Amino acid sequence: MREIFERVLATGVGLDEAGILEVLRSPDEELPELLQAAHDVRMKWCGPEVEVEGIVSLKTGGCPEDCHFCSQSGLFASPVRSVWLDIPSLVEAAKQTAATGATEFCIVAAVRGPDRRLMDQMREGVKAIREAVDIQVAASLGMLTQEQVDELVEMGVHRYNHNLETCRSFFPNVVTTHSWEERWSTLKMVRDSGMEVCCGGILGLGESIEQRAEFAAQLAELDPHEVPMNFLNPRPGTPLGDQPVVEGPDALRAIAAFRLAMPRTILRYAGGREITLGDLGTRDGLLGGINAVIVGNYLTTLGRPATEDLALLADLKMPVKALSATL
Amino acid sequence: MYCDRCGFPKDNSDHGFCEAARKLEPPRYCTHCRRRMKVQVVPAGWTATCVEHGTVTA
Repeated sequence: MREIFERVLATGVGLDEAGILEVLRSPDEELPELLQAAHDVRMKWCGPEVEVEGIVSLKTGGCPEDCHFCSQSGLFASPVRSVWLDIPSLVEAAKQTAATGATEFCIVAAVRGPDRRLMDQMREGVKAIREAVDIQVAASLGMLTQEQVDELVEMGVHRYNHNLETCRSFFPNVVTTHSWEERWSTLKMVRDSGMEVCCGGILGLGESIEQRAEFAAQLAELDPHEVPMNFLNPRPGTPLGDQPVVEGPDALRAIAAFRLAMPRTILRYAGGREITLGDLGTRDGLLGGINAVIVGNYLTTLGRPATEDLALLADLKMPVKALSATL
Repeated sequence: MYCDRCGFPKDNSDHGFCEAARKLEPPRYCTHCRRRMKVQVVPAGWTATCVEHGTVTA
C-alpha cells in the first residue's frame, strides 16, 4: 500500500478503480497511515488552503423527481413543503456567507431542470448579489439545456454543481425518473462552456464497497474542479429514511480514497458529516484529504455554526482561501 | 401540543429521538395545530411559518 501512496504523491496521478477498492478495503489498523497519505497528497497537490462555501435553497421542495434520499421530492410523504426564497433574503444570505470569509455562494433549486421563471429569478438574484457582495456565485439547478448553460455563463455564474450522486451501476436503485447518463450530459455541457464543474454525491445510499470505488473512478474520469462529499442523513418520509448512516471509519476511508483518486480536486465536506463523523471525525477528515467545507446550514437541515468550523481550521493552521486566490 | 419534528402528539409518548434530531433540523410541524409549516433554511438560521399560528425563527 505504501508504494501506491508514494506513486500518487510523486506523480499527482490518481488511483485507478482497483487501487481505490484496495484502499476502501483496508483494515482499521491502517486508517491512520491512510489518512496521513491522503493528507500528504492534498498538501502537495492542493496546498494548505481550505475553500469555504455557503449554500442556500432558492426553491425548496415540490420536486418532480424521485431521488430516494431527498426530502424535497414531491413524490414522497416528506414534511418539507414547497417554498421560494425572495431576492432580498437571497442577498442577505450571501452577505452572511461572505461574512464568514467564504469565497463561494451556491444557489440551489429543487427541480428537474430550470424553467423560465427560475432562470429569471436566477438572473435577478445573481445581479443583486454581485452588486452587494464580493463573493463568487455558483448554481445548482438540475439538468440544463445548452441555451440554459449559455445563459448562466452570461449571468456570471462561475461554477455549476450537478451531482452524479452515486455510481452508474447503482444509480437506477436511487433514481428512476431520469438517468445517470442525462446527468453526465449536463456535466459535459457545463465543462465545455468554461464554467467550473462541481460534481460529487452521497455515500451510504446502499451501494457496495465495489460500487463506491466505481463511483470514485467515474468522478476521476470526469475530473471536476470540485467534488462535494455527502454522507446520507436519512430523511423522514423518503425511501431511504431507515437506511443506517455510514460508520465513521468507513467515511474516513472513503475521504482518503477519493483524495487518492483525485489528487488535485477541491474535495469538499458537504451534508451529513455532523451525523456520520461528529466533531472529532470532522477534524480527522480535514487531516485526511478534505480541503473545502460548506459552513453553516444546508438546504433543509442544519450544520455546525460557521464559527466552530472556522475555529477548527485556525486550530489546524489551515488558512481560508482568499477571494483573490480564486479570481 | 404536537412534536415539531414528527407531528405526533407529545402527551405521554417518547420524543427523545426527535429532540436529538432537532439539534440539526428546523421544525417542520406547528406545535399548536400540527400543520406542516413553510420552512426556509438559510446559512445562518431558519424561518418556519404556520398559516394559523405565525412564524418562528432561529
